[in-house]
Amino acid sequence: MKITEIKELEKISNKIRKNIIEQVYIAKSGHPGGSLSCADVLTVLYFNQMNIDEKNPKAPLRDRFVLSKGHCSPALYAVLAERGYFEKEKLKEFRSASGNLQGHPDMNKVPGVDMTTGSLGQGLSAANGMALTSKLNHDGFRVYCLLGDGEIEEGQVWEAAMTSYKYKLDNLCVIIDNNNLQIDGNIENVKGLDNIEGKFKAFGFNTIIIDGNNIEQIIDAFETAKLTKGKPTAIIAKTIKGQGVSFMENQAGWHGKAPSKEEYQRAIEELGN
Amino acid sequence: MNETIKKATRQSYGEALAELGKENKNIVVLDADLSTATKTNIFAKENAERFFQMGISEQDMMSTAAGFAASGKIPYASTFAVFAAGRAYDQIRNSICYPNLNVKICATHAGITVGEDGATHQMLEDISMMRSLPNMTVIVTSDDTQTKWAVKEISKIKGPVYLRLSRMETPIIYEETQKFEIGRAVQIGEGTDASIIATGDVVCEAIKAKKELEKQGINVRVIDIHTIKPIDKEMIVKCAKETKKIITLEDHNVIGGLGSAVCEVLAEEYPCKVIRMGINDQFGKSGKAEELLKYFKLTSENIIEKF
Repeated sequence: MKITEIKELEKISNKIRKNIIEQVYIAKSGHPGGSLSCADVLTVLYFNQMNIDEKNPKAPLRDRFVLSKGHCSPALYAVLAERGYFEKEKLKEFRSASGNLQGHPDMNKVPGVDMTTGSLGQGLSAANGMALTSKLNHDGFRVYCLLGDGEIEEGQVWEAAMTSYKYKLDNLCVIIDNNNLQIDGNIENVKGLDNIEGKFKAFGFNTIIIDGNNIEQIIDAFETAKLTKGKPTAIIAKTIKGQGVSFMENQAGWHGKAPSKEEYQRAIEELGN
Repeated sequence: MNETIKKATRQSYGEALAELGKENKNIVVLDADLSTATKTNIFAKENAERFFQMGISEQDMMSTAAGFAASGKIPYASTFAVFAAGRAYDQIRNSICYPNLNVKICATHAGITVGEDGATHQMLEDISMMRSLPNMTVIVTSDDTQTKWAVKEISKIKGPVYLRLSRMETPIIYEETQKFEIGRAVQIGEGTDASIIATGDVVCEAIKAKKELEKQGINVRVIDIHTIKPIDKEMIVKCAKETKKIITLEDHNVIGGLGSAVCEVLAEEYPCKVIRMGINDQFGKSGKAEELLKYFKLTSENIIEKF
């Protein structure tokens, strides 16, 4: 089910955005800002790039995806439901005690979730472990890992980056959702993350900078990553936090907040069809 | 117990792991720049392509092991106990235990018997931390025979395991034919004057005390509890019913360790007095392992003083 038409992928990512807003609105909690910023990357991964089968979510040779910034689970759940891993109706159970869609992704509760995440900074290491298995077995599957830009303040990310480099994990592609905002404000003010690309380059990665809300650029970057041999790739996806909903865009306050009824209606209206 | 041949459980671990690696090609081993001390270097020599040197990055090592397990491998991850259970606690909790991944954490240099390196390297809280994690099995071995059994046995259970090992050389307690079972303690002797319930590298001290006490006409039994979780409730209750005194002995803080685990069982099932011997809520210090056992009152003489 590979979709190549850009317009069609854009339509899907728009549906994903609406489902993100709806999940957070119904749950009355969750993380809309970072989920919206990475919606296009996830759409391309699940509808254009990854070798996966929603009817066989545990297939040993499938490509893997690790959502290291686990709080953006609404984006992952929306894309998995859209792809058919489970009924869309289940999205209404997001964060509820009666459902399986936990606040942060749980690989044992949700079909299609390849790794349990939530505590920031651990996903890249897990992705490395999977990529190493692929190499060891000569399985040939690829591993994708999405990190938040604020998340890379965790030291373990850089321990893991050294591992990706050491083992020449060219079957690993890291995406940094570079929306410039974290809970307490701008990433520059919170920790001083100057030059993310330079950092990954210094750690031995092939780096690509793209507009992470542009479907065509995302596809091109993943294709380039596949052709890169002997080292891992890091795609620095420049995105807009809250992308697609005007009043959420570039507002740190929408990192982890649910919209009111009026805000919800306005958001859905803005996203249109 | 053969006191003339001594061996550290870390050495037994390294040897057994290398053997297991030959039999089971699904096993991978990770180490964080301590392979010569944890003895995973023996595996590395014989199964080079399945040995992963992670460098001084324990947190990365634990989550990488989780990734290996999530894609079907059986990873054994080794470093010193203080860096495994302590430094990488959150990785063990969130990336290994919560998703119930098949990772075997084999932590060497546990307890006061690390010796000269001192307090920063003497892990005295790991049993407490590891046994309170859901899905985790916790095993502490007392000699070469038991360790070799455990290393292989844990590869057969699906789910996370914490195996606690020592640096100090200790006597060989069991014959090669001795049978063990996860969750079942080993009873040594039938004495009814007391039960000394011990685990890990001080089980040999309990056995020495048993022999000395016999000369004084005091008959005790030693219970070697190698599995701290799931704990052998049946054996603990049986001993409380059959013997006059219960003593626990561990190379670990008395808070949260074996002593606490035994008290939890008895408080609910058969309330009685328990004497907990271990490290009394202190950090360790530098010194020879044998000197430190004396300093912290964990020797056979210290046990005998309780009678």
